[in-house]
Amino acid sequence: MITTENLSKKYGSQTVLNIESLEIPKGQSFGLVGNNGAGKTTFFSLLLDLIQPTSGHIINNDVQVNKSEGWKPFTSSFIDESFLIGYLTPEEYFYFVGDLRGRNKADVDALLSTFEDFFHGEILGQKKYLRDLSKGNQKKAGIVASFIGNPEVVVLDEPFANLDPTTQIRLKGIIKELAAKNEVTVLVSSHDLIHVTEVCERIVVLNKGEIVKDIQTSAETLKELETFFAG
Amino acid sequence: MFKRFINLQWKSFYRSSSFGKGLALKIVMIFFGIYMIGALVFVGGFLYEILRKTFPDQSPMWVLSGYLVYWILIELLFRYFLQKLPVMDIKPLLLFPIKKSTITHYILGRSGVSGYNLLALFFFIPFGIVLLFNGYPALNVLLWLVSISSIILCINYVNFLVNKSDKALGIIGGIIVVLYGLDYFQIIPVKEFFGPIFHGLYQYPITVLIPLGLAILAYALNYKLLKNKLFLDASLESKTKEVKTSDLSWTKRFGDMGTFLQLDLKMIWRNKRTKAQVFISLLFVFYGLIFYTQEIYANMIPMFAFLGIFMTGIFLSNFGQFIPAWDSGYYSMMMAQNIPLRKYLESKATLISVSVVAMFLLTIPYVYFGWEALAINFGSAIYNLGVNIPVILFFGSFNKKRIDLDKSPFGNMQGTSATQFLIMLPVLGLPILIFTGAYYLISMEAAVITLSLLGVIGFALKNYLLDKITEQYRKKKYGMIAGFKEKNS
Repeated sequence: MITTENLSKKYGSQTVLNIESLEIPKGQSFGLVGNNGAGKTTFFSLLLDLIQPTSGHIINNDVQVNKSEGWKPFTSSFIDESFLIGYLTPEEYFYFVGDLRGRNKADVDALLSTFEDFFHGEILGQKKYLRDLSKGNQKKAGIVASFIGNPEVVVLDEPFANLDPTTQIRLKGIIKELAAKNEVTVLVSSHDLIHVTEVCERIVVLNKGEIVKDIQTSAETLKELETFFAG
Repeated sequence: MFKRFINLQWKSFYRSSSFGKGLALKIVMIFFGIYMIGALVFVGGFLYEILRKTFPDQSPMWVLSGYLVYWILIELLFRYFLQKLPVMDIKPLLLFPIKKSTITHYILGRSGVSGYNLLALFFFIPFGIVLLFNGYPALNVLLWLVSISSIILCINYVNFLVNKSDKALGIIGGIIVVLYGLDYFQIIPVKEFFGPIFHGLYQYPITVLIPLGLAILAYALNYKLLKNKLFLDASLESKTKEVKTSDLSWTKRFGDMGTFLQLDLKMIWRNKRTKAQVFISLLFVFYGLIFYTQEIYANMIPMFAFLGIFMTGIFLSNFGQFIPAWDSGYYSMMMAQNIPLRKYLESKATLISVSVVAMFLLTIPYVYFGWEALAINFGSAIYNLGVNIPVILFFGSFNKKRIDLDKSPFGNMQGTSATQFLIMLPVLGLPILIFTGAYYLISMEAAVITLSLLGVIGFALKNYLLDKITEQYRKKKYGMIAGFKEKNS
């Protein structure tokens, strides 16, 4: 589904990302872990064509992302609050995204109703703008918006950060379900090793822009990661 | 402790983002500042002469005293918009072992030396100096200046007290209108009523204690109120209003573009700065009154072209020059979402077109000043629609500065760069040049037709131009995303 070749990103003389080759097959739930500055967000930004690669490219479902916009209809993402439109209410925002993805109000409402648990009554019908919601609630809205329109690739940067424990557990369930059911490729980055090992079939560790580990998740994975990051 | 606060204040000043702005902008702002101060000093210095000439039978001091009541009210009104007690800045201080009384004194004291207070002094001090030169007793004049300073401080602190509700705004505005009305229609001689009161401040130096006392009282009231409110949930929390959603489903009639049109309308209506742009644009409809009514301009036909382009294109330039920076807060989302850039730009073009047509309709009454005015405005509107809209959209692709929508609209230069100054040349200058050329070479009718024709040509090429502009936006995309992310630009 997603093929990365000779991808590098440099700012001046500093290399922030250098991936020789990375293949993510369709339907995989893929986890990206690493310390601050390891290049996780840079990789996602390159995947979404928000920054230009210094060399190499990413191909998303046969579309080279920095050449064509053809990847947009089947790819959705939530990176940070800059993906939210502060002066809309959550509902308006969901309908807006729905509009962009060819889903009418009823479709969006149907999807939203399956997330009632996740929202915990704090998102819908609050008569508040997104900018006035708490960080955690903003994140909930952004994450759910990325599920609108049956995307084939879902990119979530640090989805667990800022969420309360209950929501974190629910989100894990949602991501697992998503990865299992619909042949959806889910890309998740996280600082939380426990969450990521629980959710992802495969985990790639980035360190200073390079891939240092590529693990199929098993019972020992958490231990292995902990040892790596402790050292 | 106060020394440390002052140190902090100084750092926040010279490390502020406006200090690091581009050189061109800095020069313009400094120039503007000097101009403002210069103008105040100039008027203050010459006021004595002016008043003596205009009211030969009254002492200038007496005349000025009559107007002071209006000055106080109008200044209060202005401050209502411009000045807010900077309570947010002290949030980080609350955690440290600093007494709340110290923090309160600091924040109130700091506002006492704010630039707003100095502005009026730039006017009154030169006036006072001229008074001294004219042989007015020094003690009276100096203490009068102290009184004026105290009144300024009163205004400063009263503003913070009344600033909390919009009602105060209405009341102050109402009082000004009523007083002026009573005065104008000679029902009650307001100036003659308040004049002696303010003149007393000059005549009897001892009365300086009254404004001084009032200033201290206002300070004490503020202190009492604020000290009890130094909690995160009281005055420091910015209030969130309940949202009233309006049904904009009629925008669906515009097809795919409707989605963006709806978004733009919400953006304009729900954010202070964009809303202010709309009101300012509407106010500029009256701009014509200044020119059409004056004899001097009656024969300066090119001036009418300026008016036409300017009035029908005010929203075009005010709003258009910052496209797409209005969406800077969520621009990366727009670029990662399933959005055809072309539709996005088309919706902006439609919005501006509507504004041009609306502004033209509003200027129709100027036909009262001759059919030329109407014809020129019509030609200008067509030109704006056909040529200036693509031009401004094209220049928008050079915008890289972020705009935070919910910041105050007044004196807000955020998002401004050299681009904004350069834009004005082709948008405003070029059509006036074309018009003037055609007018002097042929005739006014020909000039109007030339403008309209250019507009129609632009209109015919609209699709082609929009394609080119879309291409340009695509090329500049990465720079925009990176620029819009920089919070302090």
